[in-house]
Amino acid sequence: MPVVENTVLICAGGACISAGEKSVKSVFEETLKKYSLDGVVRVVETGCMGACDLGPILVIYPEGVFYQKITAESAARIVEEHILKGRVVEELLYKGDSGEMKEKPQEELPFFTEQVKIATRNLGVIDPLSIDEYIARDGYFALHKVLFEIGPDDVVEILKKSELKGRGGAGFPTWMKWDLTKKAKGETKYIICNADEGDPGAFMDRAVLEGDPHTIVEAMTIAARVVGAQKGFVYVRAEYPLAIERLTHAMKTAREYGFLGESILGTDFSFDLEIRIGAGAFVCGEETALINSIEGRRGIPRVKPPFPASKGLWEKPTLLNNVETYANIPPIIINGGEWFSQYGVEGSRGTKVFALAGNVKNTGLVEVPMGITLRKLIYEIGGGVPGGKKLKAIQTGGPSGGCIPLELIDTPITYDNMKKLGTIIGSGGMIVMDEDSCMVDVAKYFLEFTVEESCGQCTPCRDGTRRMLEILEKITEGEGSMNDLQLLKDLGENIMATSLCGLGQTAPQPVISTMRYFWDEYEAHVKQGKCPAKKCKTLMRVVIDKEKCVGCTACARVCPVDAISGSVRKPHEIDPEICTRCGSCLAVCRFGAISKVSP
Amino acid sequence: MSVEDVHEVVSRIYEDVSSQSLERGDVLINTLHAIQDHYGNFIPIEAAEALKEVTGTPLSRIYEVLTFYTMFATHKRGKHVIRVCKSLPCHVTGGQAVIDSLKYRLEIDFGETTEDGLFTLEETSCLGLCGVSPVMMINDEAYGNLTPERVSEIIDEIVSRERSESL
Repeated sequence: MPVVENTVLICAGGACISAGEKSVKSVFEETLKKYSLDGVVRVVETGCMGACDLGPILVIYPEGVFYQKITAESAARIVEEHILKGRVVEELLYKGDSGEMKEKPQEELPFFTEQVKIATRNLGVIDPLSIDEYIARDGYFALHKVLFEIGPDDVVEILKKSELKGRGGAGFPTWMKWDLTKKAKGETKYIICNADEGDPGAFMDRAVLEGDPHTIVEAMTIAARVVGAQKGFVYVRAEYPLAIERLTHAMKTAREYGFLGESILGTDFSFDLEIRIGAGAFVCGEETALINSIEGRRGIPRVKPPFPASKGLWEKPTLLNNVETYANIPPIIINGGEWFSQYGVEGSRGTKVFALAGNVKNTGLVEVPMGITLRKLIYEIGGGVPGGKKLKAIQTGGPSGGCIPLELIDTPITYDNMKKLGTIIGSGGMIVMDEDSCMVDVAKYFLEFTVEESCGQCTPCRDGTRRMLEILEKITEGEGSMNDLQLLKDLGENIMATSLCGLGQTAPQPVISTMRYFWDEYEAHVKQGKCPAKKCKTLMRVVIDKEKCVGCTACARVCPVDAISGSVRKPHEIDPEICTRCGSCLAVCRFGAISKVSP
Repeated sequence: MSVEDVHEVVSRIYEDVSSQSLERGDVLINTLHAIQDHYGNFIPIEAAEALKEVTGTPLSRIYEVLTFYTMFATHKRGKHVIRVCKSLPCHVTGGQAVIDSLKYRLEIDFGETTEDGLFTLEETSCLGLCGVSPVMMINDEAYGNLTPERVSEIIDEIVSRERSESL
């Protein structure tokens, strides 16, 4: 067997794949073959490395040189230069703010160095299709410990000490759920993993399922042993085909190795897993709606109580946790509860994975100790807002959350603090918005989402959110009145008080929260018929300054709807009837000739 | 399609799905996924009726479920179903321009299919690829960092691939 001289890790997380990872990998491997290097260079596709904006990413070991934004062409160059001749391809390295090259940003940039990876410990490090690599990183050691060294009560005690709370949104203490299900009476019990990640802006569960599927298999098997369950279901949304594929593979190999199925590790304990696939319904992320969906019904929430711990799937006691919560379990069991709770602050212990998205320089996933300030997360780790623009607000918690304005970004992120600010941590999505975002438009956007996704079972959510949306539409068209603002508030409070499930009870939150912090913007729409951010379509126009326009045609070429006309080297013009106000032309004009104006 | 054929196909799919399941009952959603994959992006009424025959589940219950979930369709869709993300992270990074360019280029609105039967345009909630927003999926493939220009290239690529295949 030839000696492997280089190991090349290519990030095959969902984002890198959608940015062209597959062609990068195939060209890289073909070029290796061309130079007969395929025997000495090992290419491994890993899970998400976290830095989505740099993708596709490729790291070459033993040196650890980090190449970013690789294309098919540059993949061939890396083989010819780096692998064959031992010369680092400088143009493909990460460049810092002042243009300096960094060979190993993983050892320098706060985006990487500030992280404490527990739930995401294996992402970007191992091949998700290799059970051996998972085992080499202490995989299935926790299961072994639970089967042979400690009892179910010890596990609950460890979780209690860890102070781990559910990472899916509600933040319920995990040990309590386990304990309740364990104590529930009944021969038949079930374990469920909620992998129906749906909050806009959150994608950590996707990354864990795709990048480290064995951790879910191991954690659910441990959970089954502790509460006394025989069968488990992973409910994955159909939008994540790659996650389904890799999890299916992980389950198969785990069975072959004796970690899943009959007589696990030679004991009398048996447990098996099955994947159930969603079909495009956000509400199925609500635990009782999810249970209905597994039972093959419409995904509509049930009245609680009874809670799933006593009456869940097929009316049997059911333990239900989300993906990130499960991913924390094996390392907590190996290292102990105190080890986990050393991170974070009072009331919010451990680490949390945050997804940075929107108008932020370093988009992607970061796992950091809880209690970190928003400023540190957005500026130091996230690199701030791109394009020299000003931060306006951060939306957290998806459609159940709210917006945090710039003035409050020194707040440490804890469950309590977020609640005080009128939002929630939720599943950890952080949508960063710059000054070009209109907060009334953002509120309207979330209401459109809620109206679309409401299951229709209860009146406040089904009809109430629709009425709220109609009012918001009126306001964004400059037709609203001050009475409408009051009505919006009253309606919101009413829906929150009377909806059946958690989603309905929090649906008005984005409106209430933006009204709390951005009342001026609402007033400007209503009183002056103006959108201060010049975002709302009917309240703005995009125009070309004839004096400044040189007729370079750049704007006409990017206009998605051909609304711009004019001959070469002559000033161009935008037809306001056709123009959709998307702003594409603004971004490409090099002469500052295009601007948004209020009518 | 003849009634016997459909019955045979659906019955085979149902057996297949249930045999892989830990609990034999309640596999309606997984079965509907498999039926939809088999018939290419939609569930024909004949298949739903056959499923009723095979499982004894009332047709009303089958339709109650399949019309609840956005990924199931009761009418024929295009060969390539484009699902463009309409969530906030994509919205704040230029998603509107991407949606506009898709509608303009394909000359269809959401929920419609092009005349040649190649494309159906649908909106979707967050696809979990916010790090490379704006994004869309075409069947099972995801595309990130979209711009109106990139959208044009992707559509061109598919159209020319389809043309060369049909020659």
